[in-house]
Amino acid sequence: MLGIGWALARYMKTSADFLTSARSIPTWVTGLAFISANLGALELVGMAASGAKYGISTAHFYWVGAIPAMIFLAVFMMPFYYGSKARSVPEYLKMRFDERVRALNSVAFAVMTIFASGISMNALAKLLHALLGWDYNVALWVCSGVVLLYVLKGGLTSAIYTEVLQFFMIVLGFAPVVYLGLKDVGGWHKMNSALQTVATDPAAIYINAGTNFAPNAWTSAWQPLVAGPAHNPMGVDVFAMVFGLGFVLSFGYWCTNFLVVQRAMAAKNMTAARNTPLVAAVPKMFFPFLVIVPGMIAAALTTLPDKGYRIPPPVISQANYDKAVAAVKSANYANSRDVAVKSVGDALGAKVDAVKITSLVAATAASKLSDADIQKGLYNSVAENDYDGVILSLVKKYCPAGLLGLALTALLASFMSGMAGNVTAFNTVFTYDLYQAYFAPGRTDRHYFLTGKVITVVGIILSIGAAYFASMYNNCMDIIQLVFGFVNAPLFATFLLGMFWKRTTATGAFLGLFGGIGSSALFHALTIAQGNTPGLKGGYVKVLSIFPSEMAQNFWLASFAFIACFTLTLVISLATSRTKTDVELKGLVYSLTPKIVDNNIPVYQRPAVVGIVLLIVCIILNLIFW
Amino acid sequence: MGLDIRWPIGLMFTLIGALLAVFGLTKGSESMSLGININLKWGVVLLAFGLFMLIGAFKGGKNPPSA
Repeated sequence: MLGIGWALARYMKTSADFLTSARSIPTWVTGLAFISANLGALELVGMAASGAKYGISTAHFYWVGAIPAMIFLAVFMMPFYYGSKARSVPEYLKMRFDERVRALNSVAFAVMTIFASGISMNALAKLLHALLGWDYNVALWVCSGVVLLYVLKGGLTSAIYTEVLQFFMIVLGFAPVVYLGLKDVGGWHKMNSALQTVATDPAAIYINAGTNFAPNAWTSAWQPLVAGPAHNPMGVDVFAMVFGLGFVLSFGYWCTNFLVVQRAMAAKNMTAARNTPLVAAVPKMFFPFLVIVPGMIAAALTTLPDKGYRIPPPVISQANYDKAVAAVKSANYANSRDVAVKSVGDALGAKVDAVKITSLVAATAASKLSDADIQKGLYNSVAENDYDGVILSLVKKYCPAGLLGLALTALLASFMSGMAGNVTAFNTVFTYDLYQAYFAPGRTDRHYFLTGKVITVVGIILSIGAAYFASMYNNCMDIIQLVFGFVNAPLFATFLLGMFWKRTTATGAFLGLFGGIGSSALFHALTIAQGNTPGLKGGYVKVLSIFPSEMAQNFWLASFAFIACFTLTLVISLATSRTKTDVELKGLVYSLTPKIVDNNIPVYQRPAVVGIVLLIVCIILNLIFW
Repeated sequence: MGLDIRWPIGLMFTLIGALLAVFGLTKGSESMSLGININLKWGVVLLAFGLFMLIGAFKGGKNPPSA
């Protein structure tokens, strides 16, 4: 099975490039290409993780975030992108503002690609650890070595083809997991009632959250949010959700991410290009059932003792397990339970469940348990969860040989292309947008080519650092949104003002963006999520505010950065004079770009009409899971 | 012109679906999950999907199979 995936992936690399083959492709294909850029292994892992950690509110990433943003992109921004000559974010910023804004954005983008590949690397290393029992560090370095070879060999010539293929592999590889999981918990309603048990006592399954949740905290999308931050596992209110996630993070992601937008450019005409995000929105709307429900199933299974399931604990090395097994054996239960529990916990290097350790020690003393049994008992006694492990644990639980191969191939292939894509993007941005533009202009092609190779190695090493940083989080979606909060949130303010207000000046945009990113850093330095110690995860200067979860911290950080960038850009623009004339800004600013008239196309194909229909369906989904 | 993406999708899933279904038929005992022969069932679904894509690509008329 793995071989087939590999052979076909190799075959695909030789096929013609999607973008040049374009302008004749049906809209459904460009639509799929559009979401394929986004649905990868990381999304699958992260959304399942969030589904377990935060419940069905995670679906807001789709129903409040992605769908409205995609509709906005189709109706308002696409005409403008398709019409303008800009083909990348830095290019647009240079045309609209000046070099400074472009350079700043390039630096921010380069940092983002490093984090993106690091986050994937961490998730993949944890996956290999859980799957093959490899040591986490070894797995991480092996992954990075493979990615390095892949990128240096010049893989990824036809990214879009492989992504569409991977999209189908992920959807078709994981749909049976959802089906079997739901069947195992006893159907949707049984799952919901099990999740009510979770909500009444989240600490019982080591979900670090408050205790005053209503029973529907995991199963209703809006009611727990309306009740306030103390009443839902994400710890957010309606404002943070709608403004922070829905507006800033999601619109920022979908409207300024050219990797995604680019795919719509391949459509055959303007109408098809505008309809591309709308076609993509249809499956996107139902993704929560594929990617979030597995997480909810996992949380539900944990409360059903006869299923023998737990959300996987964090990575613990075999050496620590061995030490803990020895500690269990030597623990003198008669002396002091607390001392025994503490010695086992210290040996393991993790928080442990005192009750379970006590009974494990007692059982070991009473009957000769084998080392493997003790280790299994220890595994079940770790009082922490690593939510990233949810999806793999379900795949292993439900997929027999055969189907397992399909699901794992889909995951591995998607991780590989995700990491390689980000490292390649880092390499390109650094070599051409920064190095060639500012440090060493006018050298030979060979010089830049070799620089690119060196930069690839540097990029991989930096990614490894980012991976270790990411390993401090138990849910990769938490850290992804943090990175977007630093990079995309302020950038979206710059775009919005630049596109819709011709008065925005280059100096205003530059200082605003700079201030926006700076205020993200400041916000991060002064706040922290509950349960974390001040350090790399925030609050390293001083803790002024504590958020109930990492995700809440991210949403507020993004809102803060957006508002800071927006205000600064606005005020500084008013204080400085314009350097570009209306003529220069034609095609770059909304009010100076000719409008599109939709009268000549059938009503059902008009983006505005389709958009409204989709929005209504989306609202209905929100109401069903209210 | 480029390759119609339905060709590779169709070929791949026809192949994977057929393999999975055959695996499910011949190794029934190793294919069970919750009492369902999931390899066989899902193999048939994938096979149908792959064929559907191939038919679409064939009718679309771009890049005949010799490509």
